Amino acid sequence: MKVAVVVFPGSNCDADVAHAVEVTVGASVEMVWHASEFLPAGTDLVILPGGFSYGDYLRCGAMAARSSIMKDVKRFASSGGLVLGICNGFQILTEAKMLRGAFLPNRTLSFICRPCALRVERDDTPFTLRYKAGQVVRFPIAHHEGLYYLDKDELDAMEKRRQVVFRYATPAGEVTDEANPNGALNNIAGMVNEGGNVLGLIPHPERASEPVLGSVDGALMWQSISEWIKGGGAH
Amino acid sequence: MNYRTLGLRDKEYDAIVEGLGREPNETELHLFSVMWSEHCSYKSTRRLLRLFPKEGKSVVQGPGENAGIVDVGDGWGAAFKVESHNHPSAVEPYQGAATGVGGIIRDILAMGARPTASMDGLFFGREGARSTRRLSDGIIRGVGDYGNCVGVPTVGGKTAYDPSYDENPLVNAFCLGLVRLDRVIKSSTAAPGQVAVLIGSPTGRDGIGGAAFASVELADETKSSRPQVQIGDPFAEKLLVECCLELVELGVVVSMQDMGAGGITSSASEVAAKSGVSVVIELDRVPLREEGMAPWEIALSESQERMLLIVQKKDIELVESVAAKWGLNCASIGATTPGDRFVLKYKGNVVTDVPASLLGGECPEISWPSLSPEDLNARQSFGAEQIKPSKGWEDAVVSLLSHPNWADKSWIYEQYDHMVQINTIVGPGSPVTLLRIKPNGRFLALVMESDPWKCHLDPFSGGAETVAKGLRALVVCGAVPLGMTDCLNFPSPEKPDQFWELEEAVRGMATACREMACPVVSGNVSLYNETSKSKILPTPLVCIVGLVDSLEDFLPSGRWKEGDRLFLVGSPGGSLAGSAYQCVFSGKPRGVPIPFDAQKEKAFLERAAKTAKGRVAESGRPLVGGGLALALAKEAIESGIGARVNLDAEAKPLSLLFGEGGPRAIYAVPPDKAAAFCRIWQGFPVNRIGKVGGSELSVDGFLKIPLEKLIQAWRRP
Repeated sequence: MKVAVVVFPGSNCDADVAHAVEVTVGASVEMVWHASEFLPAGTDLVILPGGFSYGDYLRCGAMAARSSIMKDVKRFASSGGLVLGICNGFQILTEAKMLRGAFLPNRTLSFICRPCALRVERDDTPFTLRYKAGQVVRFPIAHHEGLYYLDKDELDAMEKRRQVVFRYATPAGEVTDEANPNGALNNIAGMVNEGGNVLGLIPHPERASEPVLGSVDGALMWQSISEWIKGGGAH
Repeated sequence: MNYRTLGLRDKEYDAIVEGLGREPNETELHLFSVMWSEHCSYKSTRRLLRLFPKEGKSVVQGPGENAGIVDVGDGWGAAFKVESHNHPSAVEPYQGAATGVGGIIRDILAMGARPTASMDGLFFGREGARSTRRLSDGIIRGVGDYGNCVGVPTVGGKTAYDPSYDENPLVNAFCLGLVRLDRVIKSSTAAPGQVAVLIGSPTGRDGIGGAAFASVELADETKSSRPQVQIGDPFAEKLLVECCLELVELGVVVSMQDMGAGGITSSASEVAAKSGVSVVIELDRVPLREEGMAPWEIALSESQERMLLIVQKKDIELVESVAAKWGLNCASIGATTPGDRFVLKYKGNVVTDVPASLLGGECPEISWPSLSPEDLNARQSFGAEQIKPSKGWEDAVVSLLSHPNWADKSWIYEQYDHMVQINTIVGPGSPVTLLRIKPNGRFLALVMESDPWKCHLDPFSGGAETVAKGLRALVVCGAVPLGMTDCLNFPSPEKPDQFWELEEAVRGMATACREMACPVVSGNVSLYNETSKSKILPTPLVCIVGLVDSLEDFLPSGRWKEGDRLFLVGSPGGSLAGSAYQCVFSGKPRGVPIPFDAQKEKAFLERAAKTAKGRVAESGRPLVGGGLALALAKEAIESGIGARVNLDAEAKPLSLLFGEGGPRAIYAVPPDKAAAFCRIWQGFPVNRIGKVGGSELSVDGFLKIPLEKLIQAWRRP
């Protein structure tokens, strides 16, 4: 599997996610500078990593969404290629209009960093084949703007289309307000586009991908993608 | 301009005139006032700092550089240092703390190391006071916002509240970076014919005279000091880190300095002095962000997120292209030539021409008179053993657990990204932080310790105990200590009783370091932490770095298992002098802390190391604040299981349950390993005190507290 990790000025989980896909599924990773025009040939998966692109100084992800490389990322996605945005990467995806919605500051008005329980809503996306719907996984979160927002009508429509892939939940898998760390609408932690090939995810699977880090729940995501690619999902 | 108004003393001025062979001009006077300030020169403490042992088999770089370095195996080193940012944080808590984090990251970067982990020592005034709320909110947000954005995890630290910090909060920032030992950058390697390059943010008026400001007591109306506080930009820092590391990787960095206190003057004159070359700086070439700056302002500006690099002429274009890639300013502002001059030019004129070794070398030391405090006897005399808990033992445990100093600190550290870079194996909230070293598969263990209350009662013992606490924690978890960095936070040294406390504390720390074979590789001194109304307790803070070869050698805490036998090693009781119990129930530290006993400490460390290596225990925790009672409570809370404990009824219950000091620890040992455990601890006091199990913590004859209640108290709803 060939993975392109886009590096924006201020990305800081780029090396982490590269490490995670290398050690879990032996992916070959290329770091792609934001000012590049094209993704490397033969790319199977594009990752927009977490961090503080452009310092989050305008709006989280707003400047990065207008980077030169994003044009090719959009082209790649529209031809069915897999794109995963994690944390700041998810914010970039919404700012680039590749996913609907927007992010507001956490309702605690503070940065939150801790492991978080999530319920897997779908196991039929390229990113979640190896999970089971209803399964509870633990990924760390680390963000200040994680409150996912969308107007009610659009939100309902999106729910109807089953675009939500991960929700904040209790360890027992109940989706409750107490289990929602940031106030995201409908406890949304991760969602796909209508085509199912672009996933935005606020929690960090790369921080839960090795036994030494205390959880390997994230490794299943890399294995899912790898399996999907091997199964001919690539183009 | 009178030299006295710039803070220079008569003797110092005379030395400048003698060194120059003439009177300094105004620009030069400004430069000397900063470079010879307490903050930059350590003139009051240099004599004391020489007491610290600096040699050790793992030491690669000792004090004198931007950071110390220890060998962590397989060609890799850990560069680390702790530094204070107390004065700026008192005036502008958010920016003061943020730039403290930024500054120490650049110190690590200057060694060619990738900043890998930060820790913070925060000392606030009494909890609940409005000023404490304002200061602590700003400081915690400042640490978090900067560290989170720059992508260096905040993996541990220490937070304490005491009225002595009401007007003088302390912010001590620690950073550690990993560096390939064949790529270490030093400030002593510049040669004539090279170029001085300034990379990073443009220079403004912020932070001018910050070093001098940090070298006097805080004025009561501190708002007037705002211009002396720097403004941080973590995004610019992130770009600067990546840019400089890329240049190090390309092998084009001859020497590198961060621009902290004293700005261009400090960084350039230090390179010149240490490398034995002259440096000529053209101030017109410095990219500025405001107009009309005087030459001395440009030379001394402490604008953040800038680095000074010394590179070969042939590499200039490469350096410029890498800086451009990261969107950073890059200006060749000067050159190195043979000799020993530090020259500043502005608009074609020479505005400064002084010997580099005079400016960037060592200014005359000051020997302050030292006298033991008049009230020392009163401090030490109180019969602390007399205060019984008025509402019973259970209430005492709950009160201590819910006191802000000993309660759960997750409300702080969850605001910090403590996981980025995915090396954090055991994060904040544990006695020891454990990080993996990705390049060699080993692990770093980090601790931060301080004990201001015991230092107030007996600075020698308190200083030694501070070091010993750190070493015990490391060795109990299975780490081999490699080296230490320290931050000496004290009030003014100009009062004889306060200088005595400083001197005694350093003697105590140095004694413990020497006896326990822990070299000091870097450090920082922050004096004048006082106002006309209050002064801080003597607060030396240490960070010690240890190495664990494999995870199997690591003994965690908070891992009790049903049926484990509980052992207390070390003296059954401790002293209440300066203890958590005393602070909560009498409000004032009084009495004589347990004196440092090198033989006992060594005997403890030797056995603790064998315990971890022999894998005979499930969980281990040295006794610190709150003594045995809080150690048991925290182990129970973290393990999620209770225990039944039966203590020797002979000893005095207060010192038994809440006494502190000296080498003591509790271990949870599986029944089949108990005999092996006792063999290891032969020749040292060891007592079986109970058994793990159930959902309450009970100490026969004293208390019985449901686990739920302990957790509730500790979490402070």
